[in-house]
Amino acid sequence: MYKHMNLAHYDTATRQYDQTVEALSHWTLTNVSRRSFLKGTAGLALGFAATGVVQAALADSSKGSGQAKPHSKSSTLEPNAFVRIDSDGSVTVVSKHLEMGQGVYTGLATLVAEELDADWSKVKVQGAPADAKRYFNSFWGTAQGTGGSTAIANSWEQLRKAGAAARAMLVQAAAEKWKVPAGEITVSKGVVSHASSKRAATFGELAAAAGKLPIPTEIRLKDPKDFVLIGKQAKRKDSADKTNGKARFTQDVQLPGMLVAVVQHPPKFGGIAKTVNDKAAKAIPGVIGVVTIPQGVAVIAKDTWTAIKGREALVVEWDESNAFKLGSDEIAAQYAALAKTPGLHARKEGDADKIIADPTRTQLSSSFTFPFLAHAAMEPMNCVVQFKDGVCEVWNGEQMHTGDQYALANLFGIQPDQVKINMLYAGGSFGRRANKDADYLLEAASITKAFGGTQPIKMIWTREDDTKAGYYRPMFHHDLNAVIGSKGELLAWRHRLVGQSIVAGSAFESVMLKDGIDALSVEGASNLPYAIPNLKVELHTPTNIKVPVLWWRSVGSTHTAFSTEVFLDQIAQKMGKDPVALRLELLAKHPRHLAALKLAVEKAAWGNPMKANRMAGTRVGRGVAVHESFNSVVAQVAEVTVDKAGNVKVDRIVCAVDCGTAINPDNIRSQVEGSVGYALSALFYGEITLKNGEVQQGNFDSYQPIRMNEMPKVETYIVPSTAVPTGIGEPAVPPVAPAVVNAIANATQKWLTQLPLKTELLKV
Amino acid sequence: MPTLNVNGQSRNVDATPDTPLLWVLRDSLQMTGTKFGCGQALCGACTVHVDGEPTRSCVMPVSALEGKKITTIEAIDTQKVGQAVQAAWQKLDVVQCGYCQSGQIMSAVALLTANKKPSDADIDAAMSGNVCRCATYQRIRAAIHEASQSLNSRSTSST
Repeated sequence: MYKHMNLAHYDTATRQYDQTVEALSHWTLTNVSRRSFLKGTAGLALGFAATGVVQAALADSSKGSGQAKPHSKSSTLEPNAFVRIDSDGSVTVVSKHLEMGQGVYTGLATLVAEELDADWSKVKVQGAPADAKRYFNSFWGTAQGTGGSTAIANSWEQLRKAGAAARAMLVQAAAEKWKVPAGEITVSKGVVSHASSKRAATFGELAAAAGKLPIPTEIRLKDPKDFVLIGKQAKRKDSADKTNGKARFTQDVQLPGMLVAVVQHPPKFGGIAKTVNDKAAKAIPGVIGVVTIPQGVAVIAKDTWTAIKGREALVVEWDESNAFKLGSDEIAAQYAALAKTPGLHARKEGDADKIIADPTRTQLSSSFTFPFLAHAAMEPMNCVVQFKDGVCEVWNGEQMHTGDQYALANLFGIQPDQVKINMLYAGGSFGRRANKDADYLLEAASITKAFGGTQPIKMIWTREDDTKAGYYRPMFHHDLNAVIGSKGELLAWRHRLVGQSIVAGSAFESVMLKDGIDALSVEGASNLPYAIPNLKVELHTPTNIKVPVLWWRSVGSTHTAFSTEVFLDQIAQKMGKDPVALRLELLAKHPRHLAALKLAVEKAAWGNPMKANRMAGTRVGRGVAVHESFNSVVAQVAEVTVDKAGNVKVDRIVCAVDCGTAINPDNIRSQVEGSVGYALSALFYGEITLKNGEVQQGNFDSYQPIRMNEMPKVETYIVPSTAVPTGIGEPAVPPVAPAVVNAIANATQKWLTQLPLKTELLKV
Repeated sequence: MPTLNVNGQSRNVDATPDTPLLWVLRDSLQMTGTKFGCGQALCGACTVHVDGEPTRSCVMPVSALEGKKITTIEAIDTQKVGQAVQAAWQKLDVVQCGYCQSGQIMSAVALLTANKKPSDADIDAAMSGNVCRCATYQRIRAAIHEASQSLNSRSTSST
C-alpha cells in the first residue's frame, strides 16, 4: 500500500525531509470541512473513506499493531476497535484523537455511551495507538490524526455505531440467557432489563456471553429524540486527573534508564553547527553526552537541570551561509509592495478591477497587517524516543500519527508500523503538535539515533526554545478596496492577500495547493458570504521567506476574518448604515449566518444604548463580527471600554454558535470561552518579530498571553440544530479580533488595522 | 545532599544546591504534578506552597528550602481548602488541556486559605501570575467563588 523508502535526505537549510514529504503525499486526504475531496498522488481509492472502511474498522478489533491494544479476555466484550466492556462493568472507549484540552475524550465517549446506553460514571477513555487501519480520521482519507476541528464530526456516525453494536450484542446475550425476544429487552445506564419477566443484568454480567456472539452487521442508531447524553451535560472525563496532578503529559514520562536532552538551536532559521566545543559541558557531573544533529547540538544528561546547565556550557559556532537573514520590517515592506500588484485569482465574479479603477466612484480602501504568531502551548514541545530491537517507540502528545510514523520510520530506516506511538495528553497544541514536517519528533529521534544505545531519551524544549522554533502563523498583509454604488449598495470588493503558504513544500501541497493558491491562505476570504456583484480575491505567495510556518488555531481565518469583518464595518460607516443591518442585508442567502448573527445581536441587546462611563476621556463601544470556519458559523458582539490613556478593556463578548448538533453544550461553552481568550492574546500582544533573521521573543514576558484580569465575561448561546456536528475547537477564534476592533472604532472613531493593536493610538 | 520536607515527609534528594525545586520534585522525586512552563516565574505552572506561601518552584533553589515545609498538588487534598478547590474545579469542569491547572489550584488554595471570601479584584490579584493558554480564566474565577461558598457554608453549619 505504501511505497518502500530509503533513508531520508535531510535538507538542513529548509528543515524539510524530502522523502518524508514524498511518502506522506501518498495519503489520500479528504478535506470535508471545505466540502471538497482532495486526493494524493498514489491514487488510493477515493471512496475508501466511505462506509466500507468504517465497517472494517468497526469489525476489526483483533488486527493491527500498537502496544495500547485492548486486551482480549474471555470475560470481555470487545466488538470493535473503539469499545471494550469488562466483567466489572467498566466501559472503555478508545479515542483515536488527541486530547489537548478540546474535550475530545469526553465527546467521543459520549457518542459511544449514548448508543450503548452506558452508565456514564463507568465509562473510561484510553488513547488509541498509532494504527491508521483502525483509527484513521475519515475526513483525512486513510491517515490518523487530529486537527481541523474534525474529531467529533468525522466520528459522529462511526462511534455511535461502535456503541450500538456493543449494545446489540449485550441485548442478544440477555435474550439468549433469559430465553426472551430481544425486542422486549431495554437498556438503560449500563443495565439490561426484561420488564415482564422482571429480569435484569449489568453490562459486566453479560460481557462474557456477549463477547462470544457474532458482531452484528446491521446496526440501527437511535432517533435523536431519544438521546440521553448527547445534547445534555456529560461531565468531562479528564477533570479529576487534571486537578490532582495525576494526568500524564509527555513532560511527565519517567522510564527506567531514561535520559534527558536539551538542544542548542541555531539563532537563525537554516543555520547549522559548524564547530562545537563541548569540553565544559561534558565536565559537568551528570552530563552523559553531546551530539550534533541537523537541528542543532544536543546535551544528554541524567536529568533536566543538568542538561540545561550542560547546554549553557556549550560553545557552538554556526554556519549561517544558508540561513534566513531578513527582519520583520523588511518582510513587511516587501509584502506591502507586493499588495500593490495583481496576484493570482482565488475568486473572481464580475469586474471589480474596472469599477475600483474608476475615480468618479465612491472608493474605500484599507490595509491590514498581521505578524508571525507562536502557538505557545503551556507545555513546551517535547518528545520521548527509544530505539530498540529495530522498533522505535515514542511517547508524545501525538497529533499526526500517520505522518509522524512515516517521518520517524524514514529516519531509522524501518517500516512505519515499527514506529509505536503512545499518545499522551497534550498540554495544549493549537496546531503546533500537528507538525507537517514532524519537526520536534524528528529532532528527538535524531538525538536518540545519534546517541545510540537502547535507552529512552526525553527531549525537552524550554519556553524560549518553543517560542523561537518557528512554525508560526505566517505574517500577512491584506489590501482591501471597495466601491459603494450610486444607490448606496456595495458594488465591488477586492481583497489582496500576501503571505507564505503553509502547505508549500509539505505532504499537503499536492492536495491543498491548486493553481498556485494555498487554500489555507485564502480561506475565509475566498468564500466571503456577502452578496457583492463584483468580487475579486487575489493572492501573492512569496517564496523567499524561509521562516517555517504552520496552521495556528483557525488557520487562514485568523487573518481573513479580521480584515473582511473590519472592512465591512468601515463600509457600513461610510454608507451610514448600522453594521448589523448591512450584514443582514448581504447575508440573505446564508441562513446559518443569519441565525447566528440574529441570536448574538438579540442576546447582546444590540439596539440598546450602552451605559456611559463617567470617567473623563473614557469611551465605550460595541462591535459585531460573524464568520464561518470548519463548517461552523460563529457571531460575536464585543463590548469595550477605552480609557483616556488608550487602554482597552474588553468587558463582555456575546457569542452565538451554530456547530450542528451540540454533543456537549458545556464543552461548546468551554471551547468558546477559551477561543476568546486565545484570540485576545493575539489581538493585544501576540507578535513574533525577526531582526537579521533572529527571533526577538523568548519567554512569556516578551510573548505575552492575557491573564486573569484581562479575561472578559463570555456568554455563549448555541443555535439549535439537528444537522451533523461540525467543529468547535477553532471557529470561535476568528470573530473575536474584528468584533473587538469594531467595538473600539464604535467607541473612539479610530480603526486599528495592524495587529497586535497599537492601543497608544487611542489616547485622548 | 539536601534534605527536604515534602508533603510531610523528609526526603533526601540527589541534587546540586542550585537545582530549582521544580526539577527536584519532577526528576528526583518523580512527583510530576508540578509543571514546567517557563522556568522564569512568569507563568505559575510550577506553583507549590513553601510554609503555606504560593511559590514558583522553577526559580527556587533547593538550598533555600532546608527546614521549610513544601506542599505540592499531590498532597493538596489533605487540606480542607484543597478539597473544596478540587471539588469546585471538577463541578464546573474548569480544565481543558490541564497543564497549568496544578499551579492554578495551588494559587487558588493559597488565596482561599488567606481570604475566605475573595472579591473579583482579589482573584485578579492572586491569580494573574498563573497563565492558562486555554484561557479557562472565567471558570477558574467561578470555581474560586464556588469553593469559597462551599467552605463558608461548611464553616457556618459546623458552628
